[in-house]
Amino acid sequence: MLYRKFIIVAALAAALAVQAAEIKVGDTFPALAQAGLEGELPKELKGKVVLVDFWASWCGPCKQSLPVLNELAGRYSSRGLVVVGVSVDDTKAAMDQFLKKNVARFPMVRDAKQTLVAQVNVSSMPTSFILDAEGKVRFLHNGFHGDKTRAQYVREIESLLPASAAK
Amino acid sequence: MKTCLLILVVPLVLGTGCAAVKPWERGTLADYTMRADRDPLGDALSEHMYFSREAASGGRGVGGGGCGCN
Repeated sequence: MLYRKFIIVAALAAALAVQAAEIKVGDTFPALAQAGLEGELPKELKGKVVLVDFWASWCGPCKQSLPVLNELAGRYSSRGLVVVGVSVDDTKAAMDQFLKKNVARFPMVRDAKQTLVAQVNVSSMPTSFILDAEGKVRFLHNGFHGDKTRAQYVREIESLLPASAAK
Repeated sequence: MKTCLLILVVPLVLGTGCAAVKPWERGTLADYTMRADRDPLGDALSEHMYFSREAASGGRGVGGGGCGCN
């Protein structure tokens, strides 16, 4: 009888602790086109190496990462990299105001209902995922740590892009 | 009866106070209005009054002899 009581209590406690699973390296990333994102996604994502960056206008490190993402987009787009910024701002006005001061030279969309970000369950802001041509997560970055993260991005993107197309 | 009480109380104890704010939901917390030092003039005035009343000028690293006259 005592054992049964324990099982019931343990089950209730476990139910309280249940959380959405975090997307990990090796998992297939949810299809961006079906995520109900506000804004225009790049037309061709299939077969491309995609860097998906979750950011918000109120997040300091996100602001620091923007020039690096601009640089990566400019440097590797001809070799097949697509950078997509996904804002999780509550309002479009907040995102637009941020982007007026901080120009992004890659596509920006907004996860207005915060469904995609909840689905991938990021553990910090910003979080970026580097996806291979099959749409699988190959690298994951929690936060942005300046030159260290930049160097990692470069190394990882280089490893995924076809060597034959190297400049 | 005891079991029912246990079943009711344990989840309540585990569940209450657990307001997990997800990283993407921190916009409100990160807002300027949530900062403790959002009103520098107001802070300076209240600190002046506080130090004068307590004769504790310098207590927060500012120069002064405790007279409350700076």
